[in-house]
Amino acid sequence: MSKNILEVKNLKKYFKTPKGMLHAVDDVSFFIKEGETLGLVGESGCGKSTTGRAILRLVEPTSGEVNFEGKNIVDFNGAQMREARKNMQIIFQDPYASLNPRMNLGQIISEPLLINKVYKERKKVTDRVKELMDTVGLTPRLLNAFPHELDGGRRQRVGVARALALNPKFIVQDEPVSALDVSIQAQILNLMQDIQDELGLTYLFISHDLSVVKHVSDRIAVMYLGKVVELSDYNAIFRNPLHPYTQALLSAIPVPRMDAPDNMIILEGDVPSPVNPPDGCRFYGRCRYRQDICKAKTPELREYEPERFVACHLVEELQR
Amino acid sequence: MAKDLLKVKDLSIQYNTDEGVVKAVDNMTFEIGVGETIGIVGETGAGKTTTALGIMQLVPSPPGQIVQGEIFFKGEDLLKKKEEEMRKIRGNKISMIFQDPMTSLNPVMTTEDQVAEVILLHQEVSQKEALEKARDMIETVGIPRERGKEYPHQFSGGMRQRIVIAIALSCNPELLIADEPTTALDVTIQAQVLKLMKRLKDEFETSMIMITHDLGVVANICDKVAIMYTGYVVEYAKVRDLFENPLHPYTQGLFGSIPNVEEDEKRLNPIKGLMPDPTEIPEGCPFNPRCPKAMDICRKVLPDRVEVEEGHFVNCHLYPAEEYKK
Repeated sequence: MSKNILEVKNLKKYFKTPKGMLHAVDDVSFFIKEGETLGLVGESGCGKSTTGRAILRLVEPTSGEVNFEGKNIVDFNGAQMREARKNMQIIFQDPYASLNPRMNLGQIISEPLLINKVYKERKKVTDRVKELMDTVGLTPRLLNAFPHELDGGRRQRVGVARALALNPKFIVQDEPVSALDVSIQAQILNLMQDIQDELGLTYLFISHDLSVVKHVSDRIAVMYLGKVVELSDYNAIFRNPLHPYTQALLSAIPVPRMDAPDNMIILEGDVPSPVNPPDGCRFYGRCRYRQDICKAKTPELREYEPERFVACHLVEELQR
Repeated sequence: MAKDLLKVKDLSIQYNTDEGVVKAVDNMTFEIGVGETIGIVGETGAGKTTTALGIMQLVPSPPGQIVQGEIFFKGEDLLKKKEEEMRKIRGNKISMIFQDPMTSLNPVMTTEDQVAEVILLHQEVSQKEALEKARDMIETVGIPRERGKEYPHQFSGGMRQRIVIAIALSCNPELLIADEPTTALDVTIQAQVLKLMKRLKDEFETSMIMITHDLGVVANICDKVAIMYTGYVVEYAKVRDLFENPLHPYTQGLFGSIPNVEEDEKRLNPIKGLMPDPTEIPEGCPFNPRCPKAMDICRKVLPDRVEVEEGHFVNCHLYPAEEYKK
């Protein structure tokens, strides 16, 4: 059994808005084991990206703990955090917006090396950049190319190379393939898998695309309106989703196959506003099974079966 | 077999740019029967949207230019119509749903006014009747009619897309062109919109062109499908035939690239390489540099369309015409 590289405890991130407090991430706890991929899925506005950013303190958590290799990085000062970030990197969704258009590939990929003064000689930096480009499948010919000269797939490879520059142990991938065409998406997914196998990396993979998340993840956490509603092994979640929201979410994926059973659970209405959410289950208004207790009391994420976590009052009843 | 509502024949559209001529759509042929839905599938730059704009006669010109072809709608060639006649068809007999519901609505008009606008334009009704019809339409797409008084910014993405659908359907079009109607939506909202579109198809016998890159959506809603690559249709078949027996290596590559939610595969089989630059389409079959089965002939000769089984067409040298001649 491998140890936990990351433990998130009661993480909260609230944003002040004119209408009140926006609960983007509301009391989220989970852990990631060394070498595994945890998928974080949910629809727009559920707080998955904010969770990823709060873990790296790219947004400052409102409260809660982020323990990386046993140390709570929320308490770290600037210098300690800079040191910690060598081991924690991020790949962003939009390969068009996340690269500086005025820097060439060599400059982009070497920037983390220069900031952290990893090498003394310039030559070693260039060697390392070339090595990284090779790892992600970019020809060294592109060393002096600028981002606008590349297509989306290659740009995302640049983002991957930059994230790998400091030999991190843990990478947050925030929708890394959402902006790409399917054939290119598959290339990047395979690349990330190869790199993980080779370097023993741990991933937090954030995406709204359930088929992609299932493909890459060992375990999956489902978020709804700032809360994790279900967390378990990817197989278990797809075979027998426990939470009514997970059930609806999974049933809504159009399956690329003829005669796929048409058992979509159509949810009524839209996701409610995360500003000043009421007590009780966040899914209450759209749940097919709702009861009085769901409105009165917020369900905690609890271990329903070994390694299977769910936040629903009715799960025992529904599973019967 | 239903009668053909739309018949597109040998349609070619190109853009004349500073970098050279881009053949966005090349020799496209397909037909749609009454009540039928055809899916047009392909990746960025395959020519899907240009095809739709071509049918609507909305290709921006310059730089766009329809080079050749015919588009028969109910037996009449749309390409021979005057702009004035086209305007009577657009939004009335043929309407289009655009991809982005955030930008295709007018932010300073109430939603019911936007639906009523189309009705007033195409039907001989009073302002009041038009508004009443608009509210009916808003209800049809599953939004309470009172909310028609609200502005687009007060609506969520899914509701905005439903308003766009209400506008498109308000004159009971015979043909609806939907350009990635669910791509910008979350999966549970996508399910709502797809269900609505299916209902409309059943209730009003609307024919549809569904432009998408999602083979799941195709399996869910389409009867026929055309797979496009760099402006060419590489495979054209009934949905069942295509899913059960994809013939073109590009189609097979697309299926290999999507992670399957139902099965447990450890690795994807992506198509190697990248889409070619649109101004430098390779000689021969445009897919040959990426094709795992490419032969010498593929680098020299553009394959013709071959009917491999009834209604299943493929443009690929692996299926030589001689073998499949009846």
